[in-house]
Amino acid sequence: MKIIVLMKQVANKDAVLRIGPDEKWINETDVAQQTNESDGYALEEALRLKEAKGEGEVVVCSLGSQSAKTVIKDALARGADRAIHVVADDANKLSPYQIAKAIADAIRDENADLVFAGLQSDDASYGQTGVILAELLGIPHATIVIEVDRGSLGDTLRVKRELESGWYQWFTYKLPTLLTIQSGISQIRYASLKGIMAAKKKEIRDVTPSIEAFAGAQTIQKVYMPLKTKQTQMLGNGDAKAGAVELVEKLKTEVRVI
Amino acid sequence: MSILVFIEHKDCVLNKTSLEAITAAQSIGKDLGLKVTAVIPCDKDCDLVQEIAGYDLEKVIVAKNEKLGTYTPDAYADAWEQVIKATNPQYVVMAHTYQVRDFAPKVAARLGREVVGDCIRYTAESGKLVLTRRIFLGKLDADVTLGGDAPYFVTFQSGAFRGDNAEKGTAAVETMDVNVGDVRMTPEAPFQEAKASVDLTKSEIIVAIGRGIKSQENIAIAEQLAEALGADIAASRPICDSEWLPIDRQIGSSGQTVAPKLYIALGISGAIQHIVGMKNSGTIVAINKDAEAPIFDIADYGIVGDLFEAVPVLTEEIKKAKG
Ligand SMILES: Cc1cc2nc3c(=O)[nH]c(=O)nc-3n(C[C@H](O)[C@H](O)[C@H](O)COP(=O)(O)OP(=O)(O)OC[C@H]3O[C@@H](n4cnc5c(N)ncnc54)[C@H](O)[C@@H]3O)c2cc1C
Repeated sequence: MKIIVLMKQVANKDAVLRIGPDEKWINETDVAQQTNESDGYALEEALRLKEAKGEGEVVVCSLGSQSAKTVIKDALARGADRAIHVVADDANKLSPYQIAKAIADAIRDENADLVFAGLQSDDASYGQTGVILAELLGIPHATIVIEVDRGSLGDTLRVKRELESGWYQWFTYKLPTLLTIQSGISQIRYASLKGIMAAKKKEIRDVTPSIEAFAGAQTIQKVYMPLKTKQTQMLGNGDAKAGAVELVEKLKTEVRVI
Repeated sequence: MSILVFIEHKDCVLNKTSLEAITAAQSIGKDLGLKVTAVIPCDKDCDLVQEIAGYDLEKVIVAKNEKLGTYTPDAYADAWEQVIKATNPQYVVMAHTYQVRDFAPKVAARLGREVVGDCIRYTAESGKLVLTRRIFLGKLDADVTLGGDAPYFVTFQSGAFRGDNAEKGTAAVETMDVNVGDVRMTPEAPFQEAKASVDLTKSEIIVAIGRGIKSQENIAIAEQLAEALGADIAASRPICDSEWLPIDRQIGSSGQTVAPKLYIALGISGAIQHIVGMKNSGTIVAINKDAEAPIFDIADYGIVGDLFEAVPVLTEEIKKAKG
């Protein structure tokens, strides 16, 4: 059994974002990077499924610049067996279809039984790379998967999708299939020292994609700070303790909860 | 040329966000001079038809096939492909629901298109739309244009348009029998997990913690604040994902939707999936060290600073004030 896991490097959640000179993206230099949150969960679920089955291979695939090697190496240290790096600079200029197409070309011949992706990236949040990829590979997909019935794995796999407002639904899929994984599906392991050492010997294959122009692409024309819609009373003027004291006064006199 | 708008339902019970999509489509239609047609996939002459035909639309199309009774992405994609090919729309407008996220990109990809998803507003410039999406978890906005030829697929975030602004009228009703090919997934019945043991919808005051709380041990300081206020503890998704608090404390699109008198958000950035669950609270307080955090957009009172400095002082002062 072979599982391919798509993983993306994104700006760290706590990073202070500065808008780039062309106003079409953030200035990525000097911004700390991390693995996209739901992709980390996708890898974890793939590793657990392989462990439950007792055999198989987990292959990580990342599209991005050389800096994405950090994400790949971390995934290998956690237990992925090998990696495919679709090397593309300025990946933020690619549309979701172009990204999915480049990944499809890179992994098609792997004939994986399962492809896992995070449900969306925390930067561009297109939320459709996985779905488009499934269509391009000619395989079915399920999005927002929050549980995999590992024992059910055979020619089919039973997965639980999250619906809105606390509803869920199980589906059974014929393999091969693609799943986009929701954060929280299972607790993520840390890389062990042994894992980090072992990762050094694992294969990372660089692939140079031929990225084609795509007529239907969406293009970001301008990024900017959201317009404020509500008048927020800012308290404390940067002093958290003073703000707390002022807030109690407001809770007493304006909100009247004390 | 027209706009198709998707009507989402489960067993002929309307998903209310579809009314927001109707409002959006009507508004775009006015700006671009296009008529709006609603599309309802169903396995029968859907019970919803009359209700939807009561809106100001050119037509309501029921895309009918026995395999459209329970949602599957394969059946919906086949149905949509045929409706689009038969009607040749300029735009396809949908609400950005979990179901739409599941099938819309597939339909678009099959037609060599992609979806401009989760938009919060649009402007019409020389006969075409410029769409605004939130990126970086709500920290930035991006204006996006669409390339290539119609149809263009656009989905709008919940709350971007008001469902009760959808204009009433009368629409013709048409049934379109569609073919559905191989469906490669078998759905079971949707269900809710065992009833949540805490019902936060009745809480008067909620103290909610986010990833800014850093560790499970630190939750104690939020609990002390909650105790002083007589509040219930709630959380953003990452806190429940890490199992620091049980899932029935989660607020947001996949958790509970609450509207207490007072909601205090500690170290929560304010991603849309969280905000939809608490934006109707009477008063919203946000404490966050990042002055640009989107939670401040909806807060009535904000403190920019370290919650570990602010919260103990807040707790002490509240205790003093309560005597
Ligand atoms: C389909 C889907 C469904 C989802 N459903 C939900 C849902 O139901 N509920 C939900 O909450 N999320 C949901 N999410 C996740 C959501 O997108 C966000 O990732 C999540 O809400 C972020 O949680 P957070 O604000 O706690 O963390 P972060 O976004 O990481 O924010 C942490 C904040 O803490 C601040 N901070 C850090 N340290 C301190 C400090 N010492 N003092 C003060 N402030 C500090 C930071 O400035 C930052 O703003 C969903 C996502 C998807 C895609």
